Amino acid sequence: MTPVATPFFFYLLAATMLIGGILVITCKNAVHSALALIVTLLAQANIYLMLYAPFVAGVQIILYAGGIMVLFLFVIMLVNIDRAMKERQFNSQWWVGIIAATALGGLFIAVYTKGKSIFPERIPSIAEGENTQRVATLLYGQYMFAFEIASLLLLVAIIGAVVMAKKRI
Amino acid sequence: MPDPTSLSPLDLDTPDKTFLDANELIINMGPQHPATHGVLRVILRLDGEKVLGLECVIGYLHRGVEKIGENRTYAMFNPYVDRMDYVAAVSNGLGYCEAVEKLLAIEAPPRAQHVRVILTELNRLTSHQLWLGTHALDIGAITPLFYTFRDREEILKIFEKYCGARLTTHAFRIGGLQYETYSGFEREVKNFLAFFRPKIDEYEELLTTNRIWLERTRGIGKISAEDCIALGVTGPVLRASGVKWDLRKAQPYANYKNFDFEIPIGENGDTYDRYIVRMAEMRQSVRIIEQAVDALPEGPIMAKVPKVIKPPVGEVYHSIEAPKGELGYFIVSDGSTQPYRVRVRPPSFVNLQALDTMCRGQLVADVIAVIGTLDIVLGEVDR
Amino acid sequence: MHDLIQYVQSYLDPNVKVTPGAAGNMFWAFVYIMLVFLGLSVAVIAMNWLERKILAHMQVRLGPMRVGPHGLLQPIADALKLLLKEDLIPAGADSFVFWFAPFIVVLAAFCVFVVVPFGPQHAITDMNIGILFMLGVSSLSVLGVVMAGWASNSHYPLIGALRSSAQMVSYEIAMGLAVISAILMTSLNATGTGTLSMIGIVEAQKAQGEWFIFKFFPLGLIAFFIFAVAMVAETNRAPFDLAEAESELTAGFHTEYSGFRWSLFFLGEYTAMIAVSSIAVTLWLGGWLRPFPNLLNSPTWDTLFSYVPGATFLFLAAICFYNVARMPKHPYFRIQTMGLGAFGAALALIGLILFIPVVSVRVQDIFWFTAKVAGFQYLYIWYRGTFPRYRFDQLMHLGWKVLLPLGLGVLILTAGVGLLQIKS
Repeated sequence: MTPVATPFFFYLLAATMLIGGILVITCKNAVHSALALIVTLLAQANIYLMLYAPFVAGVQIILYAGGIMVLFLFVIMLVNIDRAMKERQFNSQWWVGIIAATALGGLFIAVYTKGKSIFPERIPSIAEGENTQRVATLLYGQYMFAFEIASLLLLVAIIGAVVMAKKRI
Repeated sequence: MPDPTSLSPLDLDTPDKTFLDANELIINMGPQHPATHGVLRVILRLDGEKVLGLECVIGYLHRGVEKIGENRTYAMFNPYVDRMDYVAAVSNGLGYCEAVEKLLAIEAPPRAQHVRVILTELNRLTSHQLWLGTHALDIGAITPLFYTFRDREEILKIFEKYCGARLTTHAFRIGGLQYETYSGFEREVKNFLAFFRPKIDEYEELLTTNRIWLERTRGIGKISAEDCIALGVTGPVLRASGVKWDLRKAQPYANYKNFDFEIPIGENGDTYDRYIVRMAEMRQSVRIIEQAVDALPEGPIMAKVPKVIKPPVGEVYHSIEAPKGELGYFIVSDGSTQPYRVRVRPPSFVNLQALDTMCRGQLVADVIAVIGTLDIVLGEVDR
Repeated sequence: MHDLIQYVQSYLDPNVKVTPGAAGNMFWAFVYIMLVFLGLSVAVIAMNWLERKILAHMQVRLGPMRVGPHGLLQPIADALKLLLKEDLIPAGADSFVFWFAPFIVVLAAFCVFVVVPFGPQHAITDMNIGILFMLGVSSLSVLGVVMAGWASNSHYPLIGALRSSAQMVSYEIAMGLAVISAILMTSLNATGTGTLSMIGIVEAQKAQGEWFIFKFFPLGLIAFFIFAVAMVAETNRAPFDLAEAESELTAGFHTEYSGFRWSLFFLGEYTAMIAVSSIAVTLWLGGWLRPFPNLLNSPTWDTLFSYVPGATFLFLAAICFYNVARMPKHPYFRIQTMGLGAFGAALALIGLILFIPVVSVRVQDIFWFTAKVAGFQYLYIWYRGTFPRYRFDQLMHLGWKVLLPLGLGVLILTAGVGLLQIKS
């Protein structure tokens, strides 16, 4: 399958992501921030799709947009928004923010101008039809041990959360 | 910090409510709500979905029936009582007529007594059918409602043929009956009973062993026999808690003592037991009606009642077992044509008091189930 | 223009077995999108009518009878009424979120159909991550529900939204486990790798000569059962309709909605029902495959089964004609009688067209798929007529403590049995 209008969609999605990201930190209402974050995540999922990584895109939608963000919203909705709006915002550390942003921007520019030797010119393209199967083979073959360790870690996190949340078991 | 359950639901200013404690909600259920059976308003204090406490606000349907009674003659007040518990109008009329008869020291003739029992028990069936349909609807089963309404229609047809009205029947008169039964009355009642017996099984088939129904009703809205007695709760709610108290047996009125029937009781006092008790009561009612129709005597239908009813000075309290519990009339006569004071002890009103006790610590969905199982009629609660 | 003719010709060629999306054929993809959208809208309208009629007949009543013969036009009348109603936005509501929420529900529900395989070539596209895409996008509809509940700024919708988000998130897990065990079954082939593609899943069932519901009996059946329960919960339908529990929360998350926006929720709900049913059909009931693909696989049976679609339409037409004959002979009913006759004639025409071999070969897969999905829709209505509503904690109990362990067990057993089969 040949990609269609790639530059156009890339810039569209990138712009959506940037606008969404900016809205996340500027919206006063926490629910609006969360919704903007969802838009950002969805745009990101689409960029994954354009990079021929459909599995990552699908996981991004299911886990982040469908799962985690719903839980976020769940918690935010329970919080008294009116009171939260009146509370002092934590965005008064302008100097630290500007320094961090400049450093990050400098890094990006450095990588963009000098980094051609670090990164390969283009990635050898994997056929889209096999992408998911490749991920599976790698995950359950070569990186089996690491995968299981990660899942064990998550299990520990789940048990910890339950223990902390529940007063009596 | 005070125990949250001890606070009144209206107590809004809880101290030191923090940022994350906002999930304590005050919810206004009603007076416009699909499941409060009319215009009942319940103010719920919720922790998430758990009920911390509730308060009933009533009076949206208050018409001052008792006060109206003081300004009408005894005969004229009779139709008004039908409008209290409008799904059991015949029972209301029976209670009132018998109370006035007691005051006048007269007794209705045997034939009238029999017809009264038949119609009252038929009315108990309609009342329980309506309860079953709406209760099941509240819990989410929509089909039983249509089944019960289909069968209720047959009873209403009998009422309509007998006295012209279907809902507010005004079937009885002080001293007996106004109308002789229509021809074919016995046959139609018997036909109905033959038709209705399998229908009770049909209702039970839909619900009694339904897993979801069991989960939704077992252990929900439990109330102990002591609590019932302390709150004055009567009727099927009391009997489901294991108290064998039915005025038809305890202090027989009309001529219930001539009939053979049982008082079904429950054990746990939960919603499921109340359901079982009412279903069993429907079967007992069918039994009573059958005996009454078979033994329907010939004879006059009115006792000798003066044209102008002027009871002697005095007071009377007479109560009957209405479908919802003890329905009592307290009438004070000053010797004139109008009662000095009429006071009604409505079962719904008294039973509604138990709502808070039954709902504490349960979930919102259970409040609906409990309102349904109490079988209240707001017309009677507010009068 | 020349391209267009080429497209049409390539479609009519019976050797073409790819979806327009996979072939990169933009024009046909667009046509397919329009067809699916139209078909879904008609299906939702039909569902509306059927639900009311079937439920009514279950409850000893007639249902809609006034608008059109046997109320056939009632859904259209209702849609018109809803469109003409005022679109209220409550004063205290967050107007943008309130305005936007129904669109998310509808978008998520419709988007899913991009990968639904109505036939080996009758899908808008075949994605490598088909089933993942379906589950992911359909899970986005919960966002719309949550937004609607929150934006209404009222207690009942908020509780409804909280209930539905908790419900949908927890049932997704049981659903996912059931789906994974079906996907595991696709890997039982020579290469040992399975597929997430919707078409690939059905092809795997065809290759293995067995619908996955019967695979490793009773493992496939249990997985299907878990999915069948979870999908009812996922779409907020009775007996799991807690989010809109009428008797408790008046109307749940859409209490404050009216008119067009309310009807969008309605549209979304029914489309989502069809969507999850298509997942179930694809994963366990052999998708577009006709019944008994391996038992009765002689050409005679093929021909016989290819007559079924046409015969079904003729049967429906016969019902229409029977009712035309039964219509009261009164001038008032003349237009209705004629309308019903015309409807029957249209159905009969479709039925006759379906008997043409060229047509029936190309569309019978769509028929089988739709028929299986329709069976699920009937189940939905049946549930609604039979069951009382679950309580919230019981629903959670069922999801986390019954379906989740059951799903895990089935998954592990399926993997074990599958391994044994590969080894031997």
